[in-house]
Amino acid sequence: MLSDFVRHASRDSFSATPGFWQRIHVDFYLFLLLLVLAAGGMVVLYSASGGDWGAVTRQSVRFGVGFLAMFIVAQFDPRWYQQWSGALYLIGVAFLIAVLVVGSGAKGAQRWLVIPGVIRFQPSEIMKLAVPVMMAWYISRYGLPPRLKHILGAAILLAIPFVLILQQPDLGTSLLIAASGVFVIFLAGLSWKIIASGIVLGIGSLPLMWMFVLRDYQKTRILTLFNPESDPLGAGWNIIQSKTAIGSGGLDGKGFLLGTQSQLDFLPESHTDFIIAVLSEEFGFIGVMVLLALYVAIVIRGMVIATRGRDNFCRLLAGSITLTFFIYVFVNIGMVSGLLPVVGVPLPLVSYGGTSIVTLLTGFGILMSISTHQRV
Amino acid sequence: MQNHSLDNKEYERRLFQRRMLVALFVVAAMLLVLIARLFFLQIIQHEKHQALSDNNRLEVLPIAPIRGLIYDRNGELLAENLPSHTLSIVAERVDDMDALLAELRQLVELSDDQIELFYRRLNQYRRPHDPIPLKVKLSEEEIAVLAANRYFLKGVQVEAELIRQYPHGEAFAHVLGYVGRINEQELQELDPGAYAGIRFIGKQGIEREYEEVLLGKAGYQRVETNARGRILNVLDKQAPEPGANLHLQLDRALQQKAFDLLEGKRGAIVAIEPETGGILTLVSRPSFDPNLYVTGFPATLYNQLRDSPDKPFLNRATRGQYPAASTIKPFIGLGGVDGGYTTWTKTTDYKGEFQLPNDPRIYRDWKRGGHGETNLTDAIEESVDTYFYDLAYQMTLEPIHNILDQFGFGKNTTWDVYNPAVGINPTRDWKKDRHGFSWYAGDTVNLGIGQGYMLTTPTQLAIATAVMANEGTWMTPRLMLYSNDESLMDIPEKAQPDIQLNNEENWARIHHTMEEVLYGQKGTARHVAYDAPYRFAGKTGTAQVAEIQRDENGEAVDDVPDHLKDHALFIAYAPAENPKIALAVVVENGGGGSSVAAPIARELLDEYLLREPTNAE
Repeated sequence: MLSDFVRHASRDSFSATPGFWQRIHVDFYLFLLLLVLAAGGMVVLYSASGGDWGAVTRQSVRFGVGFLAMFIVAQFDPRWYQQWSGALYLIGVAFLIAVLVVGSGAKGAQRWLVIPGVIRFQPSEIMKLAVPVMMAWYISRYGLPPRLKHILGAAILLAIPFVLILQQPDLGTSLLIAASGVFVIFLAGLSWKIIASGIVLGIGSLPLMWMFVLRDYQKTRILTLFNPESDPLGAGWNIIQSKTAIGSGGLDGKGFLLGTQSQLDFLPESHTDFIIAVLSEEFGFIGVMVLLALYVAIVIRGMVIATRGRDNFCRLLAGSITLTFFIYVFVNIGMVSGLLPVVGVPLPLVSYGGTSIVTLLTGFGILMSISTHQRV
Repeated sequence: MQNHSLDNKEYERRLFQRRMLVALFVVAAMLLVLIARLFFLQIIQHEKHQALSDNNRLEVLPIAPIRGLIYDRNGELLAENLPSHTLSIVAERVDDMDALLAELRQLVELSDDQIELFYRRLNQYRRPHDPIPLKVKLSEEEIAVLAANRYFLKGVQVEAELIRQYPHGEAFAHVLGYVGRINEQELQELDPGAYAGIRFIGKQGIEREYEEVLLGKAGYQRVETNARGRILNVLDKQAPEPGANLHLQLDRALQQKAFDLLEGKRGAIVAIEPETGGILTLVSRPSFDPNLYVTGFPATLYNQLRDSPDKPFLNRATRGQYPAASTIKPFIGLGGVDGGYTTWTKTTDYKGEFQLPNDPRIYRDWKRGGHGETNLTDAIEESVDTYFYDLAYQMTLEPIHNILDQFGFGKNTTWDVYNPAVGINPTRDWKKDRHGFSWYAGDTVNLGIGQGYMLTTPTQLAIATAVMANEGTWMTPRLMLYSNDESLMDIPEKAQPDIQLNNEENWARIHHTMEEVLYGQKGTARHVAYDAPYRFAGKTGTAQVAEIQRDENGEAVDDVPDHLKDHALFIAYAPAENPKIALAVVVENGGGGSSVAAPIARELLDEYLLREPTNAE
């Protein structure tokens, strides 16, 4: 079973007669895992939304749209994405500039672009895909490992969307997008010396970030992380309640729909960013481990697809999408369990909310395109 | 070449694979961190979190701080907190609200107003599980009935809380302001941590101005409760810090007296201690009972007050803007004589009619035929309009604006009066901006008798009078006397620089003219100071509201509707040789300043200067 899982994407299996799944450009194992995750997520969502079938229905519609987008995206040859990477990137940057000029949003943040009556979306979502595609194209043009001037070029390409999203302000998303670009450069063989000095520089600049970049509400979140009890009714509330929910779940949980923290409204944002706390409370440590196992399986499958990629572009792109997906999981669970500041990252494919599901599944569509279009 | 390229591709593939392997290790390490964290929370700390959550829910209950008390200058309480039992309902626990309310009406007397107010609050945004008040100040009997029936009344609470009381009610309503329940809009703006457990917020006056310090700091207790919300155990407690107590400059007895003197009138009285700038009295009538804001205003009464043409909610003392009328004459006279635009000996006689060169318009004196030859002293004593038409014309606008500005007109010089109006001390630019016309000489002429574009609040008028009494020495007009919160005592010594005259002797001489208003043979208020055991100085003013028929003394001849009658004004300070109090009285549509406003001032001065000294100081 396991060997089959790994072998499936290998070049050998695509010899003369491609199978059914390859003909429709769907990576069977990845698709299966995503379906299981989506179904499990909906079970948790039903409980987290307080038994609201409306929420579950709306979420399944989003999954429908997301899987359709994934299927369509998978039909195109990766070469196509390579060719259009620059255009995609420029459109994304244009939207980001537009959102700063005419965007709308709540709580002092401008994240949404609204064309009245037509559509309402966050341009930063486009960048979650456009950045890795652009970076993979740029780095793969010059061969591996990248030379210093190309690293600098890539850094500029990365800095533009990073700064623009930071202006919205949306520190969480800008850091995650930056990570997706850094992954490309790292996988391309960025020299260890540069990585080491980057880490040193990054730690060194923390005080400067604190003083000049971070806004007050962001500082509050970080301070709250270290001492949530300092403000138990205000900023510390979310963390205290989510830790209590997770911890009280114990080994096997309180049972489906029986989580007191979530069902009695102690847990804020229980069906969006904090949904993992509901799962932990109702299904316990075992339940979370099953979920983590699903995520790990998806990540490993993605790594396999990346490693088997036919050229540098495919490998770098698939690798970046996969690692970024894992980072989402890590940041979300880290923040809900009180390891990281609350930055508003949803739990991929489980949290309630449309844009992130569609973006993520579109990204997996690219992975499937890479996995099923092997030879030119 | 082909070979080399193939090698190169193979090299790149291997490089990527190695990097992927590193990534795999990093992913595994991060995964371990998450698993360790979850293991720590769910297995190692499980019992702790279980205790916090499961049957015995841990709750953090805020403890509301005690709002700071407000005293007058003699330590008399002006605002206090009294215990009250409040019947309230937690809407989330009620299945059928209408049925519950019907049931409650059987037990407790509830008016339709109270029910309506309750529904309004129910439908507003509020903190979840926050009890919604239905009736405050329950009687002992009602508390007993509700306690006996509590098992049938799901979601009903009777809570003891401290509510704000204003023992002197209407007399202090405008100056103290009031607290009211935090409304929807305020809830969205204020800091939820600072207001945890607090249901009232200062809305007007001192209560609003000093809201931050009166509030205090909320404490909290962490309690274990059972499923029904009963507290089983207090785990940890942080006591609240009470708000700062405020001792105000106000004099309770004088304020009450001023309030009584305005009985049945519309008007305002402001009295100030010239030496310190302390505001002794700040009264506006008609007024309203501020306690109703605390317990809940009955809708019918509120609508009636809100729509009343007498505007009881308007603080006339700080927000009412009136023509200064003749009360402006000593200020302009001082500016004119000190600036060399007239002398103490120069006389004029316009026979009651002043005209600008090349302008047919006639500016009439209030007295038909005029006052004969008058100098500046006579002109203030008798309030001669034509003298001031001429003087204003000689001075032109800028010197007048300048002296009025030095006396604090047209701006706010108070330290802690909530939301004061600033009046108008006009300039050429102001008129151009506001009305689109240039400043005309005629405008200056009108300004000479305090009519036309200039407007002042009673507070500004009282402050200017105090500065006049001080011979130009400024202080900071304020309500704050002292507080146990030291930070509130950081008050600047002067609101603006002292007035420097070219000739200091002009102070004594202008004071003399203001005394002549009361003691001179022709003084417009000569009947008012009769028999007073102290000597005082003042100036009358009668602000025209409409063109009406007048007799030769300027009094209205026909029966004029109330709202067209003149506003009566009077400013005064006393004792003349060592002023302890300066005041301004404005009675809207009251008639003549000397006949209506001046006697009120006299009674107040008597009250303040002649009463038995209180033992507080």
